[in-house]
Amino acid sequence: MSSTAKSLFEKVWERHIVEDESADKPAVLYIDLHLVHEVTSPQAFSELDARGLKVRRPDRTFATLDHSIPTLAPDANGERPYFTPQAKIQVETLEQNTKNHGVKLFGWDSDNRGVVHVIGPDMGLTQPGFTVVCGDSHTSTHGAFGCIAFGIGTSEVGHVLATQCLTQRKPKTMRITVNGTLQKGVTGKDVALAIIQRLGFGGGTGYALEYAGSVIESLDMEGRMTVCNLSIEAGARCGMIAPDQTTVEWLRGRAYAPKGEAFEAAAADWLTLKSDEGAVFDKEITIDGSAIEPMATWGTTPDQGGAIRAGVPLPSNENDVKALKYMGLTGGDSRDVAKVDVVFIGSCTNGRLADLRAAAEVMRGRHVAEGVRMLVVPGSEKVRLEAVAEGLDKVFEEAGAEWRLPGCSMCIAMNGDFVAPGQLAVSTSNRNFEGRQGPGSRTVLASPATAAASAIAGHVADPRQYIA
Amino acid sequence: MSSNQEPINTFSSRLVVLPEANIDTDQIIPARFLTTTTKAGLGKVAFNDWRYNNDGSLKADCILNIIDPEEHRILVGGNNFGCGSSREHAPWALTDYGFKAVISTEIADIFRSNSLKNGLLPIVVPQDIHDKLTKNPQQRVTIDLEACELRFEDGTVFVFQIDAFSRQCLLEGVDAMGWILNRVSSIEAYEQRTGKAAA
Repeated sequence: MSSTAKSLFEKVWERHIVEDESADKPAVLYIDLHLVHEVTSPQAFSELDARGLKVRRPDRTFATLDHSIPTLAPDANGERPYFTPQAKIQVETLEQNTKNHGVKLFGWDSDNRGVVHVIGPDMGLTQPGFTVVCGDSHTSTHGAFGCIAFGIGTSEVGHVLATQCLTQRKPKTMRITVNGTLQKGVTGKDVALAIIQRLGFGGGTGYALEYAGSVIESLDMEGRMTVCNLSIEAGARCGMIAPDQTTVEWLRGRAYAPKGEAFEAAAADWLTLKSDEGAVFDKEITIDGSAIEPMATWGTTPDQGGAIRAGVPLPSNENDVKALKYMGLTGGDSRDVAKVDVVFIGSCTNGRLADLRAAAEVMRGRHVAEGVRMLVVPGSEKVRLEAVAEGLDKVFEEAGAEWRLPGCSMCIAMNGDFVAPGQLAVSTSNRNFEGRQGPGSRTVLASPATAAASAIAGHVADPRQYIA
Repeated sequence: MSSNQEPINTFSSRLVVLPEANIDTDQIIPARFLTTTTKAGLGKVAFNDWRYNNDGSLKADCILNIIDPEEHRILVGGNNFGCGSSREHAPWALTDYGFKAVISTEIADIFRSNSLKNGLLPIVVPQDIHDKLTKNPQQRVTIDLEACELRFEDGTVFVFQIDAFSRQCLLEGVDAMGWILNRVSSIEAYEQRTGKAAA
């Protein structure tokens, strides 16, 4: 073991130290990319305005509309069907704040508008070795590119707007190695749910995660983003994956990525961002990826899940009992007992083109079960247009699903898209908390293929029966 | 943000015990209340779906509707308190309701960071101290931030851990934005050194 061996996290962290930490003060960490949306930014801009401050680096700050916006089309007069007048005011507040401060907004008129963690990577704003923050806990998504990326509160949004920096204590590190080869029909979402089940809901608290191993290396960028996205569901603020040739090729030609020789130089640097042989982690765990099956949650925290084939488990503690009661599920039942009312495909976890393709592959030529409402919400305007070009919208509509405009939609249920009290939803999103998808809603988390299979079957279903 | 934040030092209070594990920030303030553009008045929707029926009437059996917030400044939650969404509306709602401290066996990272910036003191305790707190919510405990002590009426003292800088900020009501603004020369030097200065 070499004393100079460094982890991926340490390498990226060290590149961003403005002032190092000591016993009595935190590090000042530089932020390369700051993503902003309408819900967690108004009070931060107000703070800047109250102090007469400017945005220090508008060139490193990008805003979009996603959380509270309607996913239904405007009416004949061009009026957007906002759920509440307050939601409209919030969007207009961001439009005004970005205008006042010279910050680029991918707004209603932009083909790049979309869920903040979909559009950042899509445009190549997210680049390996960056620090990326946003007032949203799923900022961990960008770690798929070898970034230190994490969610922050609104006070910190203000700090980054004003100074491009944050005060931070260096977290502990944990490497999660997923070995083996994935079975057919098993996706990044299933890998993530298996990891969370193993770690426990708070098992990553205080850690920066690094995902490694043959299974992680085999995932495409979309799958890696799904894995990193869900780091916070194990309590870890950030999760990262070392950039490799898959990363480099994915970024080549993206709008904000370097061009020509500059790209090649950048790519050479990106490929150095990996944990050295002998790098020391505060904790290491290993998972057999070959054993992972299509997963679905049965409880009210993301770690309460398991292989669909294994059915609903018998409760092993008080939390399980409470969760099963809330979910209306019975331990020992197979997953085809409980009828599904709603299926949601979308979100920063699984709203990308690859996710829509996976769901469409299952849906093609089939129809959603009687009584099931299915909502498909692309993660961005670009994803929507690409899906339409491939005819995926028609596949979903012919199957009886609703095809919507991009946004966070039913994942956070603050825009009017929600699951009714007592209804059971299979969702490709990230949280199955009590009431997350609407007051009294019950949520099962699963992959796009599983969500599509469940829509057809009318109950939680293993997608492998529908995949050629 | 902490510019107008009252310094915290020593206070005594009865407890509100919410024993459930994994109380996430969607429980503390549901997402549909996040369309606000200010941070004022969120106390009335703190734990909204725990406190109100669908018709808006108060749930009579919810502890948060029974106690006098003035008398109950300390929230004792189950393990992994404040997990989930990064919404700072959660500490805004809790402080507006009247809480000055949250105690649990584990507190989620982002919630802890947000709390420290809003005069809400997050304290992590071991299971035995947690049990001693939850057993008797009517007891008065004293939190002494200067000494980092949690003191019980029976004389038991627990010394809690808190980041030294965060403690100083809370004790003195330090303006975190002002502090980081004062680092501007270091920030400029960093941008120059790394080629990140604005074009």
